Amino acid sequence: MTMLDCSKVVIATLCAILLRWCVSQGGYSGSGKPPMLGDYEAQRHWQEVTVNLPLQEWYVNSSHNDLEYWGLDYPPLTAYHSYLCGLVARFFNPEWVALNTSRGHESYQHKLFMRYSVMIADLLLYFPMVYWIFAARKPHPSDADSVVKSYLLMLLYPGLILIDYGHFQYNCISLGLALGAVCALAHGRELLGSTLYCMALNYKQMELYHAMPFFCYLLGPCLRNLFHGGFTHLVKIGMVVVGTFTVCWVPFLTSVDLALQVLHRLFPFARGIFEDKVSNIWCSLSVLIKWKQVMSRDQILLMCLCSTGVCLLPSSLDLLIQPTFKKFRYALVNSAMIFFLFSFQVHEKSILIPALFVCILIPDHPFWCIWFLQVSTFSMLPLLIKDGQLIAYVALMVLYPLVYYNLYPKVVQYGPSTTTEKWADIFAKLGFCISCVGQLLLSVAMVIFPPPAGLPDLFPLVISVFSCAHFLLFTLYFHVQQFTSGPYVNTGAIKSEAKKIKSSKNTNMNKAKLENTTKNKGKANKLKLRKKKHD
Amino acid sequence: MMAVIAVGIALSCFKLLLINSYKSTDFDVHRNWLAITHSLPVRKWYYEETSQWTLDYPPFFAWFECALSQLAAFFDPAMLKVENVDYRSSATILFQQLTVIVSDVMLIYAVYELYAFYQKTQPKVTEHEDFFRNPVLVQCTLLLTNFGLLIIDHIHFQYNGFLYGTLLLSIVRIYQGRHMSAAFWFAALLNFKHLYLYVAPAYFVYLLRCYVFQSKDDGSLNWRSFSILRLIGLGSIVLFVFGISLGPFVILNQLEQLKTRLFPFKRGLCHAYWAPNFWALYNVADKAATVVGTKLGLVSIGNHTASMTGGLVQEFKHAVLPSVTPLVTLVLTAFSILPCLYLLWSGPKGPQSFVRALVLCGFGSFMFGWHVHEKAILMMIIPLCLLVQERKRDASVLLLMSTIGHYSLFPLLFTQFETPIKVCLMLLTTVYAFSSIANVYKDKGTSSSLPLLSTVESVYLLGILPLELYNSVGHTLLGLTDKLPFLPLMMTSVYCAIGVTYAWLKFYWISYKDVPKLEKHD
Repeated sequence: MTMLDCSKVVIATLCAILLRWCVSQGGYSGSGKPPMLGDYEAQRHWQEVTVNLPLQEWYVNSSHNDLEYWGLDYPPLTAYHSYLCGLVARFFNPEWVALNTSRGHESYQHKLFMRYSVMIADLLLYFPMVYWIFAARKPHPSDADSVVKSYLLMLLYPGLILIDYGHFQYNCISLGLALGAVCALAHGRELLGSTLYCMALNYKQMELYHAMPFFCYLLGPCLRNLFHGGFTHLVKIGMVVVGTFTVCWVPFLTSVDLALQVLHRLFPFARGIFEDKVSNIWCSLSVLIKWKQVMSRDQILLMCLCSTGVCLLPSSLDLLIQPTFKKFRYALVNSAMIFFLFSFQVHEKSILIPALFVCILIPDHPFWCIWFLQVSTFSMLPLLIKDGQLIAYVALMVLYPLVYYNLYPKVVQYGPSTTTEKWADIFAKLGFCISCVGQLLLSVAMVIFPPPAGLPDLFPLVISVFSCAHFLLFTLYFHVQQFTSGPYVNTGAIKSEAKKIKSSKNTNMNKAKLENTTKNKGKANKLKLRKKKHD
Repeated sequence: MMAVIAVGIALSCFKLLLINSYKSTDFDVHRNWLAITHSLPVRKWYYEETSQWTLDYPPFFAWFECALSQLAAFFDPAMLKVENVDYRSSATILFQQLTVIVSDVMLIYAVYELYAFYQKTQPKVTEHEDFFRNPVLVQCTLLLTNFGLLIIDHIHFQYNGFLYGTLLLSIVRIYQGRHMSAAFWFAALLNFKHLYLYVAPAYFVYLLRCYVFQSKDDGSLNWRSFSILRLIGLGSIVLFVFGISLGPFVILNQLEQLKTRLFPFKRGLCHAYWAPNFWALYNVADKAATVVGTKLGLVSIGNHTASMTGGLVQEFKHAVLPSVTPLVTLVLTAFSILPCLYLLWSGPKGPQSFVRALVLCGFGSFMFGWHVHEKAILMMIIPLCLLVQERKRDASVLLLMSTIGHYSLFPLLFTQFETPIKVCLMLLTTVYAFSSIANVYKDKGTSSSLPLLSTVESVYLLGILPLELYNSVGHTLLGLTDKLPFLPLMMTSVYCAIGVTYAWLKFYWISYKDVPKLEKHD
């Protein structure tokens, strides 16, 4: 890596930090509205509870721990993290986490502390993982800066910035862990990958959205070589998973009741089919069907379960049969999208989970990924307006496509060569323009016009339906990509490599020979790698 | 071309994100001016003193505020009441911040014109729009992303982007050979903010020498080429602009009042935070002499310790060295800029010589001026950016000056939420400046020095890191905050003053030594 490349990475990192910190100056969920409060208070309250109460009482309702008031409902790793933050908070100012009396605490210093805590987690976990995942890829032959470009585009994703630094959450941790798991798998370190994924799952249960692809990708090769070492490998992975879970849960395994209580807190089936207005199937259909009136809660649960399960099958089976890393990356998006669209109790913020792995596809499908990322941020607009993040939203939403168009001046497609492909390309561009106009109009309408008297939720609902339509399209697109992606590596790379060889042949035969041998060597290495993976 | 516009828009987005940040009292100053110009008749503008933030900019700026205030009513009419001193509703903040962002279009336009000029004259250089390879694009990006402009305008709150944009535009007009237009924009600028009077000598000499007179083929002055028409043209444009600006106040017979408002010599030699110039060194020398003198029993004056801690905020009398009067500063400034004016007169080699003289005028006034603000350092840094692709030595002065000059602005922002912003932004602009300029000149630096700089210069610049570490952490840890509260500020300004003085001398030296080469890239 030259000095210049190095400084480009530094510049990209600094840009990302700067934007994050600027956003964090603004409001957070429930800022300045004492009775309402929000995730900011939830996180602070968890610090208060974990620091002051013994571990066994964290998830249990008691006189000191009113679970109705932002009770802890995330898995143990979140609780430990809160404990850690709580200790630091108590060091700086005990009032921030004083039991019961600190409820609804808001101050300049405390906000600073909370924002720093997100920034530190982000810098320690998310940033390195993002760099790692792109650095692990073979650099694009025609674009020397592809790593930095993707790194910057992934870090600047407005959705995550606005939720973590505006609304206030620690998504960077669970997403960073999941990303780390994928990185580890990319390097063939399957045990490390499993551990990291289990940790992500134990930080935020929503990471279940990615469970199927991980499961299939790890299981597939084992099944193929079941009697040639596959079984032992499977057992190893299983032991690592069980081990990680045990380590995370060990303090809560002292009694069955306690463990069940924690589990009960994590999966609140008593809540509604979706939270607020979400851009998924159920919320969109709720325009036509009032779920609660038509079905009982158990029926709704069953419906969600079945539809999610059925829709998960295609991408999972495909991955199970051909467990290549390329398909795995698509499957991660597809599975998360299916969960988001069909599962029970979905939040609008959950779109960040599929969005994470859409980000790592940026180098392959810049156009579609940016479109997806833009719509996914747009789908959270009502929430962001509530948090007072409108200006930040506008700024980032203008900035993001601008950065994208400057980094990829002519969209590097892997050659839409046939006429149908060209038409598809034109249609996609047209769709993108229409979508942008739609987003713009809806945003302006939502900000300027008061909703009609009878329909207070009109705009959020329209936004949800509008985004949901997009998400269905994207899900379809990424499914097609998964099915059509060959079992072997990146065709685009090979194609352009071949082109390079052809051109060098014309000028210099020797050079071409050299290229050819290196190419063969590369192929041989690849074959070796695959063999290794299957062993 | 697209890249310049893209940077402009992207920066505007970034500026939007700064709306929630800390605002200094300059925000109240400008809010008060909005109120004054909106609700009072013109004859009362320069007499109004309900708020302590009286109108002390020239008339064009007052009219500018007056124009803005017409829109302000749509956001929050209460901000337009003179009696609402220090009024800060969220709508007011939003409105004022937006006016700064929008008025920055002037800067973007000027930079756009600059890029267009180079695209026309040096199409080869501007072929690739690469932010690290195309020297013209590097120059434009450095101008747009200037750290000082961003933090002073969008956090601290002022309208420098607009003003420096006007200055740049008039410089670009000189590049384009449109001297009349240049004179017009500069005259207008003077009537927006009179601080730019300091660089007026460079304009005067250059326009006289290269527009009213012409050079012979060997570059020397051709006395016969004097064109009375051009002189009359320039004169009438300047008089016309000043007439529009000052005319109404001449009719109202308020020129005296205007003068006392615009040139308040009562203020004191140095600003609350010493600008890193000659006087900072002078003050500290005085302090040192006092301390040493007292120890040795040579000087016997009481309360030195008191003036060490409290002296910085107020104007203070020098204890050992002679005190300085405004006249002294004026004379010193004049002497410091005379050589560069002579240089410009004797052998101008195109507009670049003019920019050189402009920078040196800025330096002279900054080094020796009366009551110089630390923000005035931009007067050198911004025109210096224009020389970045000329020669390596000029670029090295820019790197020195921008790093040290931008660091000297750190004390402007002291709130905790803004600290990461200023640190990151400073690092960002510095890393970009170093890496892009090093790449343009293909200079990687050595193991003991930064690109384009000598070892001593590198060590000096890196010395900022421990200094800042001490100022932000060490000073508190040592428990000196109560005993010597102003020590960090003093150290910053002295440390920076050394660098600025060095950069000034170096730039003077290379301006004398080398003959600027024109059209090097052709």
